[in-house]
Amino acid sequence: MDQENTPTRKTLWIFAVVGVLIYALVPVIWIASLSLKTPESIGDGSFLPTHWTLHNYTTAFKTGFFTASLRNSIGIALITTVIALAFASMAAYAITRLDFPGKTAILAGALAVTMFPAISIVGGLYNVWRNIGLFDTWAGLILPYLSFSLPLSIYILSAFFREIPWDLEKAAQMDGATPLQAFWRVILPLAVPGVFTAGILTFIAAWNDFLFANVLTATNSARTAPVALSYFTGASQFQQPAGAIAAGAVIVTVPILIMVLIFQRRIVSGLTAGAVKG
Amino acid sequence: MANVATTTTAPRQIQAAPPAAHGLTGRAKAERKLGLLLCAPAVIVMLFVAGFPILYAFWLSLHRADLRFPQLDAWVGLDNYKSVLTSSTWWQDVGNTLIITVVSVSIELVLGMLIAQAMYRAIYARTAIRVAVLVPYGAVTVVAAFAWRLAFDPATGFVTHWLGLTTPPLTTRSGSFILIIMAEVWKTTPFIALLLLGGLALVPEDLYKAAKVDGATSLQRFFRITLPLIKPALMVAVLFRTLDAFRIYDVVYIMTNGANNTESVSLLGYRVLINRLNLGLGSAISVLIFFCVILIALTFTRFLGASPQRR
Repeated sequence: MDQENTPTRKTLWIFAVVGVLIYALVPVIWIASLSLKTPESIGDGSFLPTHWTLHNYTTAFKTGFFTASLRNSIGIALITTVIALAFASMAAYAITRLDFPGKTAILAGALAVTMFPAISIVGGLYNVWRNIGLFDTWAGLILPYLSFSLPLSIYILSAFFREIPWDLEKAAQMDGATPLQAFWRVILPLAVPGVFTAGILTFIAAWNDFLFANVLTATNSARTAPVALSYFTGASQFQQPAGAIAAGAVIVTVPILIMVLIFQRRIVSGLTAGAVKG
Repeated sequence: MANVATTTTAPRQIQAAPPAAHGLTGRAKAERKLGLLLCAPAVIVMLFVAGFPILYAFWLSLHRADLRFPQLDAWVGLDNYKSVLTSSTWWQDVGNTLIITVVSVSIELVLGMLIAQAMYRAIYARTAIRVAVLVPYGAVTVVAAFAWRLAFDPATGFVTHWLGLTTPPLTTRSGSFILIIMAEVWKTTPFIALLLLGGLALVPEDLYKAAKVDGATSLQRFFRITLPLIKPALMVAVLFRTLDAFRIYDVVYIMTNGANNTESVSLLGYRVLINRLNLGLGSAISVLIFFCVILIALTFTRFLGASPQRR
């Protein structure tokens, strides 16, 4: 635009940028700073620690249940992501490329699933899982996570698949490849960016869940990190649970921060593409 | 979006339906088979883990089903619904949930629009803004709730000291609501901002230039050009956030666990289902929440023109 770089405009933009950064980062910096405070200085009312310590981190890791919960969280989120991507890319490919009945019903059904309140299905799952032995297991959490991340993945992947130059597929089929070969050998490599985007969003969703994990687990064998964090409060074995909670919160946030830093373009394009192209 | 039939374009669904099977060539038949085969795993998972539990919840809600007294299980018809709908707790919690939903989605909409504009037009630090905005999006909700709770708790935080508050916010009802809403807004505004960013990218820059030549102020440009053109993205963002906010559970659980009369309907459902192990009554609550969500979705799609299938 014409009056782009007037000094007032520049100052306004600096304020806007600083405002957004403060909004987004202060709570995270705060919890990190709290995690570095010594038990004696935790109530001193300062934003940054006056006395620094890593004591809270050793406390968090020393408690077996938090370490176990981290292992569960990583395993469950990774397995969910891999399976969701496999299932969703198969379905999205079929929906964008093949002619078969029930396509509209599948998309409408998937959309409906995204709107299901988790609380409405968790009671039923709780009862069924206890009876068929899925209660307090990894699979017992992976299954609901899958059903909630599949719709979004299918929508994102369909949006990406539509942009792929599909003539290449025809060319491959002309050269004698079956539809399945054309998919695996030619199209899948082109679809990798979309698959990555859907994968990151699935991982974040599974990592973030609290309700299913809180209801469908009971012990270290499947309890995830967010639930373990909520158990820090009641545990009286810590003299200052706030410090340990903060340390745990930082540990849970770090993997997400790393992903956001590396994949910011993919995440932004995934969320915006979902709204615009889909 | 062209290939996805929306609910309002029923005729296209009929056109899209393939011709009767006997008229198909071998190749087309193989294609149909492959299509269904490729969709099967996803569909089966969604049916088994989302579709079936909803029906099961409905079935349970018509029974007396208390895990502590399994021998008393019996068909009770709509009695559970009667108990829920005549209890003041349910209506109180519906009110609480609506307060949280309406206030937080309104704030998020305004804030999200500002952030989207900043992300779209920033002349400085564009990447830094985008990365920073993704931090709350990616942060675990439980962590967000703890960060805000611990910051406002006089024993651990700095806010009460800085603001000179004499009563800790989490000891009062209004303070608790404000904190719940702040944590929720912080965590979910980026989602709205990113969806709106997608909408902004679709507005042709020429329109702004033309309006400027005609002497339109920036406010006029926003209300006459930007807003109408991003309305579809906006409505989808609001619909998804409203549905999401209505299901609020994590933040309330961590922040107050329902104390100070801040319980949400999802938390009520959790308490009856899991703490009291009353599956019948809890399922009635679950089913009612499900219908509330359908009602919200229908209101948005029918009357406000949100078309979620664009996503």
